[in-house]
Amino acid sequence: MKNALSALAVGFIFALGLGLSGMTQPQKVIGFLDLFGHWDPSLIFVMAGAILVHFVMYKLIRKRKSPLLSTQWHVPTKKEITPALIIGAFIFGVGWALGGFCPGPAITSLASFDKTPFVFVISMLAGMFLYKSSRSLWKLQDI
Amino acid sequence: MQQDWINALFGGVLIGTAVSLMLLWNGRVTGISGIINGALSPVKGDTLWRVLFMGGLFLGGLVMGQLKPAVFTNTVNSEIWTTIVAGLLVGFGTIMGSGCTSGHGICGISRMSPRSLVATIVFMAAGIAAVYVFRKLGVYL
Repeated sequence: MKNALSALAVGFIFALGLGLSGMTQPQKVIGFLDLFGHWDPSLIFVMAGAILVHFVMYKLIRKRKSPLLSTQWHVPTKKEITPALIIGAFIFGVGWALGGFCPGPAITSLASFDKTPFVFVISMLAGMFLYKSSRSLWKLQDI
Repeated sequence: MQQDWINALFGGVLIGTAVSLMLLWNGRVTGISGIINGALSPVKGDTLWRVLFMGGLFLGGLVMGQLKPAVFTNTVNSEIWTTIVAGLLVGFGTIMGSGCTSGHGICGISRMSPRSLVATIVFMAAGIAAVYVFRKLGVYL
């Protein structure tokens, strides 16, 4: 239960960061990717700020034997660059450019009660389900 | 313009703080597509935190919308099918590629994971190329 309440708090802070930074405005995301048009570079600072903080905190936190609310670490350790990783990232990039939403901002934008994020999230869940249920066809298992 | 950059930086710092707390408390990476995906195939004892995390994302959105309604401005004027296709591609691609902007782009790069570095370069490059093509095709109305 404690680790669920902590996740709630993390989601809450994460959403405030998304809203403040502009990530919940699809036109800003598309503007950021519009390198050869009307480029809006402001979202670089979102990544820079987040990575700067987490790069330092990651090193400090991983000095501990275990996290505070779990007996062990659950950080991915895979190193192989697989075709699924590359093809999947490519497909994600195209979808991100088309709608201007990635998964986090889409969930947060449900709170606007607008139709677009709602349609996006339902479609995203369908896309996830589609991959999971057809995974064996692709022979590109990554997980 | 300058205010946008400052807000983006502070927003980024908040996001970096959130993912650091997830690591300190739960020992986990905050990969949002992975968290959602895990909730789609519920495993006993590993589902509640995922659902509450998404609840937190939504609650934060509610509060943000009250404080500053402009955060939900959406001026991308496109037809509904583009939203549906975009959602399908994002869902499919993030599970196939084991991560999205949060898991690969922030958490993975911060711990210098080679997989996440490659994935981030690929989805950024694909996104930039796709926006160029979609503009030419007139997808954004």
